[in-house]
Amino acid sequence: MNTFLFGIYPYIALSVLFLGSIARYDRDPFTWKTSSSQLLRTRHFAIASILFHVGVLVIFAGHVVGLLTPIWVFDMLHVSHGAKQILAIVAGGIAGVMATIGGGMLLYRRWTDQRIRLTSSFADIAILVLLLVQLLLGLGTVPVSWQHSDGHEMVKFMTWAQMIWTFQPGAADYVAGAALVFKLHIVLGLTIFLLTPFTRLVHIASGIFAPLRYLFLRPGYQIVRSRRNAPLPPRSDADVAKARLKAAKSVRAAE
Amino acid sequence: MRVRAQIGMVLNLDKCIGCHTCSVTCKNVWTSRDGVEYAWFNNVETKPGTGYPTDWENQKRWNGGWKRTRSGKLIPRQGSKWRIVANIFANPDLPAIDDYYEPFDFDYEHLANAPEMTAFPTARPRSKITGERIEKIEKGPNWEEILGGEFSKRSKDYNFEGVQKEIYGEYENTFMMYLPRLCEHCLNPACAASCPSGAIYKREEDGIVLIDQDKCRGWRMCVSGCPYKKVYYNWSTGKSEKCTLCYPRIESGNPTVCSETCVGRIRYLGVMLYDADKIEEAANVPSEQKLYDAQLDVFLDPNDPVVIEAARADGVPEEWIKSAQQSPIWKMAMEWKVAFPLHPEYRTLPMVWYIPPLSPIQNAAEAGAIGMDGAMPDVKSLRIPLRYLANMLTAGDEAPIATALERMLAMRSYMRAKTVDGVRDEGIAARVGLSGRVIEDMYKIMALADYEDRFVIPTTHREQVEDAYDLRVGTGFTDCNGCSTGISKGSLFGGSKRPLKMPQEVQ
Repeated sequence: MNTFLFGIYPYIALSVLFLGSIARYDRDPFTWKTSSSQLLRTRHFAIASILFHVGVLVIFAGHVVGLLTPIWVFDMLHVSHGAKQILAIVAGGIAGVMATIGGGMLLYRRWTDQRIRLTSSFADIAILVLLLVQLLLGLGTVPVSWQHSDGHEMVKFMTWAQMIWTFQPGAADYVAGAALVFKLHIVLGLTIFLLTPFTRLVHIASGIFAPLRYLFLRPGYQIVRSRRNAPLPPRSDADVAKARLKAAKSVRAAE
Repeated sequence: MRVRAQIGMVLNLDKCIGCHTCSVTCKNVWTSRDGVEYAWFNNVETKPGTGYPTDWENQKRWNGGWKRTRSGKLIPRQGSKWRIVANIFANPDLPAIDDYYEPFDFDYEHLANAPEMTAFPTARPRSKITGERIEKIEKGPNWEEILGGEFSKRSKDYNFEGVQKEIYGEYENTFMMYLPRLCEHCLNPACAASCPSGAIYKREEDGIVLIDQDKCRGWRMCVSGCPYKKVYYNWSTGKSEKCTLCYPRIESGNPTVCSETCVGRIRYLGVMLYDADKIEEAANVPSEQKLYDAQLDVFLDPNDPVVIEAARADGVPEEWIKSAQQSPIWKMAMEWKVAFPLHPEYRTLPMVWYIPPLSPIQNAAEAGAIGMDGAMPDVKSLRIPLRYLANMLTAGDEAPIATALERMLAMRSYMRAKTVDGVRDEGIAARVGLSGRVIEDMYKIMALADYEDRFVIPTTHREQVEDAYDLRVGTGFTDCNGCSTGISKGSLFGGSKRPLKMPQEVQ
């Protein structure tokens, strides 16, 4: 069971996440969206949404960097395992509380506001509930982590994640002895990955890539679409002036 | 110089009777779907009034359009790219649905199915969003119709800026006019500039601004970016939608639905050639009152041989150049100068223009003293204040509006003299800087407004972008299995590459 949940399930979840997202993006881009409900009710939306999104993004980035950076990088930078764990607990804790408060407000809004509840799909509500449970589980790991502050347990999770990511067998053994709350947190996290292509969570990818394109790749503000095959050759003011001169001459010649 | 063609529109407000046929036919064609019940790609507002959505003209509140920074840069008023991205989680300038109105329907069935009751059965309203009972409708798509509501509320109208508005609240001095509104298909669209996904684009061949529904992710920045509030967020699909200028009709040479069905024959459609290289400079003129003139400078004379040659080189089809030469838009905007852009101060260089309405003489009721300027009444004594129209159409510059109104009055006097007295009075024409022949042309196009004079629309040249030989066995269906794109192209799961060419972004 342990091998399945922590050795095989990660591959199932990540495969569905990537292949499912690619398939959806390719085959049905019309459904790829944020599904914002801001239009329907603006009250309290801004504070809730910003708390939730900023919190979740900080946590997400923290997990990616914290779990997937090889431990020798930290050793090289002389960051002790204990210090890294404290950083993770403090930063993750603050962001976790932010996201939980924001997410709670959003769920309350979605559940109690008739306009939003009646226009929500089952998946909209379910994924928000799952994310909140995951946030609470994540916060629930803080007291457990606090008990072994040398960072030993944390390094085990890093090893597990990096072994999964680099296709090494036996990764599940590193998590076998972890506390139940960690195991639940990991399994639910993987389940959220699994469900992502089937929910509105796909907008995370756009939220990361679209602004990069907008800010750094798009020249200026405007977009014009053309049916032509090749760009037109440039025409300078001098060319126009020359054409004017020629036109004036031909008029004079005609007279 | 880079010559591009655009389908522009002019609305002759002098003839608008406020019948809403344009709005209703547009709605039946485009927005009678879930999620956009509240959206009107075309709506008609009674002015003075705060309009739809409420107070849309107040950009201090909504931050739509563009602004010129102190350092002379042109950025969207809601913020530069960084600011827009920073507001992606919650758009602070987004109108809520209550700023438009909560869409509703009535329980009509109850009228037929009601049991025997002591009271007469009624059809009560129901929300189109939740399906639940609405006890009291607070707002509708045309809440201020024919000056509905108190003057104190209606007079919040932004166009009263600089007008002593109190007297217009009095019954004897009141005035009103209609303002039909649709997407302006701007030369410098703020919606497109605000879209982080790059889903909104302007078409090179006809200037129509569209939203790519497959690329839209629902960040909602276009809704707040558009100063005319003519981009709508579909709460059902989670995508933004807007007026398409009925492009399938335009492409085949037909007028838009709103124009085709206009009972008052107030709408005109035609080609304008413009210089794409001049757009940014024109939108960034320091003085707001110079923006109208700056936009006139962007347009290119379709009769100028240099322009014609450049247009050909830039791929504007011959038929489009010919249409530009016969364009009613060119005549009204450039030759006669009777049509004006709506709120040029938003710096979007809008392409739906308006002829200001004449109105009864303000003091006519009083002692029979009519302000006359020679043979014609003085436009300053018209019931609708000049300043009000100027605030709407020229960023407050009254002179061009006065000239336009004088020309329209001159047209009446001249034609009256011609048909009633049988005299061609060149003096009337000369006083407003026109000739009798021009006035007769004005009369033909603006007053008679025959179908072929109102709509000069060349068809799209499909044959130039598609190889008909490759399309010969196509049945019009795509190979797509239930997907929403409607385009067959190569995909992960096989599927042949079709020759159908889609427009691409140009730099």
